[in-house]
Amino acid sequence: MDSPLRLIASNPVDRLARTVEALLVVASAPLSVTELAEAADDDPDRVDTALGLLRERYGDGRSGIVLEQVAGGYAFRASRDASEACARLFERPVERGLSQAAIETLAIVAYLGPCSRPEIARIRGVAADSAVANLLERGLIAEAGRETGPGGAVRYRTTALFERVFGLESLAALPRLDDLGEDTGELRERLLEVASARAS
Amino acid sequence: MAPTPVRELELDLDAFEGPFDLLLTLLLKEALEPREVDVAAIVLSFVEHLADRDDIDLEACGEFLVLISALLELKARGLFPDETAELDALEPEAAAEELARRLAEYRRMKEAAAWLLDRLATERDRWFRLGPSPRAPHAERRLAPQDPSALAAALRGLAVQPPNVSLSHMALRFPPVSQFLERFRALLSRRRRFDFDAEVEGLSRIEQAVAFLALLELRKSGEIALSQAASFAPIRVSRSSRPWASTAPAGRLPRGPQKVQSTFWGESPASPSPGNTGELMPSGAVQGTVPSGLDSPATPQEREGGLEPLDDERILTWTARSA
Repeated sequence: MDSPLRLIASNPVDRLARTVEALLVVASAPLSVTELAEAADDDPDRVDTALGLLRERYGDGRSGIVLEQVAGGYAFRASRDASEACARLFERPVERGLSQAAIETLAIVAYLGPCSRPEIARIRGVAADSAVANLLERGLIAEAGRETGPGGAVRYRTTALFERVFGLESLAALPRLDDLGEDTGELRERLLEVASARAS
Repeated sequence: MAPTPVRELELDLDAFEGPFDLLLTLLLKEALEPREVDVAAIVLSFVEHLADRDDIDLEACGEFLVLISALLELKARGLFPDETAELDALEPEAAAEELARRLAEYRRMKEAAAWLLDRLATERDRWFRLGPSPRAPHAERRLAPQDPSALAAALRGLAVQPPNVSLSHMALRFPPVSQFLERFRALLSRRRRFDFDAEVEGLSRIEQAVAFLALLELRKSGEIALSQAASFAPIRVSRSSRPWASTAPAGRLPRGPQKVQSTFWGESPASPSPGNTGELMPSGAVQGTVPSGLDSPATPQEREGGLEPLDDERILTWTARSA
């Protein structure tokens, strides 16, 4: 039987694993290998090795705490077994009550970001001011500069919190847009038919 | 400085150099692209122009606001082209193609949104810590150099036991004024004058104060006249031969129009003091500090002896000293 709760500092990597573990406990946002190495004042490769030890120690089903790779870094989360207990004690303010408009806006920003409100409004066909403000307040999107040219509108991108809430290792973990949606060929044919009828 | 019409405001922008009026003309003739015009720079030029002037020409400001608003509208239209007009300008096939492209894009985004919703549902049992990043930079609080000994001294001062509040005044007993009224009246029935300080000598401070109040009461009713050789000298109390309060009608001086009396007898009515004009006062008017009836009890001998009748101000001073 494994004895994962015992991390004896018998060798330097074990000691480093304990340091990394402490850093991850203190952090409230995922930490990258580089950040961990800087904080631990150690080599990134050795930190990676230490993370391997911790992954083994905090794998799913081994502890009430799980080490996960999320939002471009590493972070601890509660085991899924404890989710009901967590739900009785804590709220989920970030994702609670997300409207359809907010989810659509979030999808546009996640796939096409950085993008501006006019771009979001052009795709959705309605103003996106309220949805953008809502997502900003929740911390799921953030400002990311302005469009070039005079009067450039503010552009938005998704945040690390978005990736963490949706359990994404990074934005690259989003499914490809081409894989989503039905075949638009039929739609295009119908529109062309309508256009031809108008022209004649 | 003669007001400069807003239209003649000279501008030096990246895209244009010349009067404001010409800029507007070029814009209206579409010889200049609105998006190339820096509106903020125009506003700054106008503000600088205003700053050079001593006064604010409200008419010019109003005209400028109208013109700059029109320019902003032109620029906004240029920045946000009418999409409907854009589509109308296309051939039907091209418009259909463009519309299909947009609809397909929206449909893909709707699918992406549905995927996110599904993902949210599957990840609902993942719980993690939320909060501000512990690595967020903290604002530094810069304090001026401090002296620890000054802080210690301040704390030492705060740590001192406060002095006990005296409650002795709670036990004070005031004798009735009437007691001294009767005493002084009895004294004056036997003697024409007496020395107040000598009479109250040996009494407590409170009793002396009450005795002085009785003295004031007697003076108010005109039964006595008060005089004093100098400040803080013994107060001489003498029986009044003509109590003015009992003879003078209310609101009137007893002897009709007269010169305003100076406060002290040593001053001549002919040489008015500051605030005392020496003019004749109409009947019933009150000015100055001493009612005319007060001077009557003093005898010529007392005047020659340098005794002064007490005025209100000096009595107040004495009261303050007693208290």
